[in-house]
Amino acid sequence: MEILKRIAAELERGHDQQVGQMTREALAAGFAPKQVLDEGLIAGMNVVGEKFRVHEIFLPDVLLAARAMYAGMDVVKPLLLKEEVPVAGKAVIGTVQGDLHDIGKNLVGIMLKGAGFEVIDLGNDVAPERFVAAAEEHGAPVIGMSALLTTTMPVMKKVVDLLRQKGLSERVKTIVGGAPLSADFAREIGADAYGYDGVSAVDRIKALIATRGVA
Amino acid sequence: MSLLARLRAGETLVADGAMGSMLMQRGLEAGACPEALNLSRPELLEEIARLYLEAGADLVQTNSFGGSPAKLERYGLEPRCEEVNRAAVAAVRRAVGERALIYGSCGPCGRLLKPLGDAEPDEVRDGFLRQMRALVAEGVDALCVETMTDLAEATLAVEAAREAAAEAGREVPVMATMTFDRTRRGYFTIMGIDIATAAAGLARAGADVVGSNCGNGSDNMVEIAREFRDRTALPLLIQPNAGLPRLEGGRAVYAEGPEYMAERAHQLLVLGVALIGGCCGTAPEHTRALRRLVSSPVD
Repeated sequence: MEILKRIAAELERGHDQQVGQMTREALAAGFAPKQVLDEGLIAGMNVVGEKFRVHEIFLPDVLLAARAMYAGMDVVKPLLLKEEVPVAGKAVIGTVQGDLHDIGKNLVGIMLKGAGFEVIDLGNDVAPERFVAAAEEHGAPVIGMSALLTTTMPVMKKVVDLLRQKGLSERVKTIVGGAPLSADFAREIGADAYGYDGVSAVDRIKALIATRGVA
Repeated sequence: MSLLARLRAGETLVADGAMGSMLMQRGLEAGACPEALNLSRPELLEEIARLYLEAGADLVQTNSFGGSPAKLERYGLEPRCEEVNRAAVAAVRRAVGERALIYGSCGPCGRLLKPLGDAEPDEVRDGFLRQMRALVAEGVDALCVETMTDLAEATLAVEAAREAAAEAGREVPVMATMTFDRTRRGYFTIMGIDIATAAAGLARAGADVVGSNCGNGSDNMVEIAREFRDRTALPLLIQPNAGLPRLEGGRAVYAEGPEYMAERAHQLLVLGVALIGGCCGTAPEHTRALRRLVSSPVD
């Protein structure tokens, strides 16, 4: 148990080598891969996300912590796949067409992976059709869109409209985020949710998936 | 009179407003490179500069926010960095002549510095230097490093600006602004820089004028200006957004109109902010309202 707490603590400090090393030690000591993931890596990343949310730490700390999380994930992931541990869910994410700003989108990706999601990251400058095609292809119930520019925000509405046209808006929910956005904006364009930051985005996505069946 | 002389004389100056939204109204496509217009449609830049001049701006910016080689590279324009930046200055000069001061805009390079990202500081500094040299060679009256969130990157850009000015052997003041988020613990950039650290760091890097642009509407900007005022004796440049945008008919529309902005800007005057302008969502009407405010006798 102690070692899992230490993994979380080292992850919070962004010590990637220690996290990789201790993850291997924990597995060698007989901890189940899923337990190492949940109580070590994810637990640590949750603390990082929460501290970032309340501005106790900032982007540099999160990026270093994410690097440490990946160092541990690289060790655990092959074992999880072998054991066929189910993922929390799937989400397609990307920065919308015309926008090259990916820091916020990457943060959401980090937090989603930390929460056990399978993340299909389409990168930057993603056309509306690509978002929808990826969600269909991967059977993802959620599309997450990011924009930093006021000039590219309107593209989000195109994705929402396209899902509606294709009759997919019950099966595929949308969440939007980015510096110039607001919950009002999300409502105006008909998106299903607004993520103020990486942590709240994960919460909203979980809620979207939970309510999707009864919608 | 030069910018520094006017500031030393205690004058309050009006800077212009947004560039991006003006270009979009004139056909810039979402996602296209705004600086490419410097080469293809310089007449648009002349028109925008003229509108801000006529609205009463003392300072008019160049369309070179994304004019660093690293930013231009994303559009295949890196080899034409010098040309793009020189054209940006030339267009404004044609429009305003000597009736307004021209400030050369320089935004973030879009890459994270090591160890967080893969960008080598020397490489980033050299990139900024290329841009600054071109802006100075074409005759800007000031340089403006803006919308920075990483103090290390801002420092590299300010140093590059200083170096370009020194090489040219003429006085080219350097202004530097950062973008802050309001948190429960005060204002910080997303990289964790607070206002005290920003004010000290930008001054140490060699900025003549410091302050904040973008990210906040007028209410928050008054608070930001107050904190800067408490932390530095340097002249301040404050450029609020016109609030947060809403979507109307497929376009981003900003909430804070010219009157609202000018009313809040009165507080900036009281705080002794030397340069007041606008960022995202502001237009010549905002500049006109600021001009009226600044030119009317303070009660």
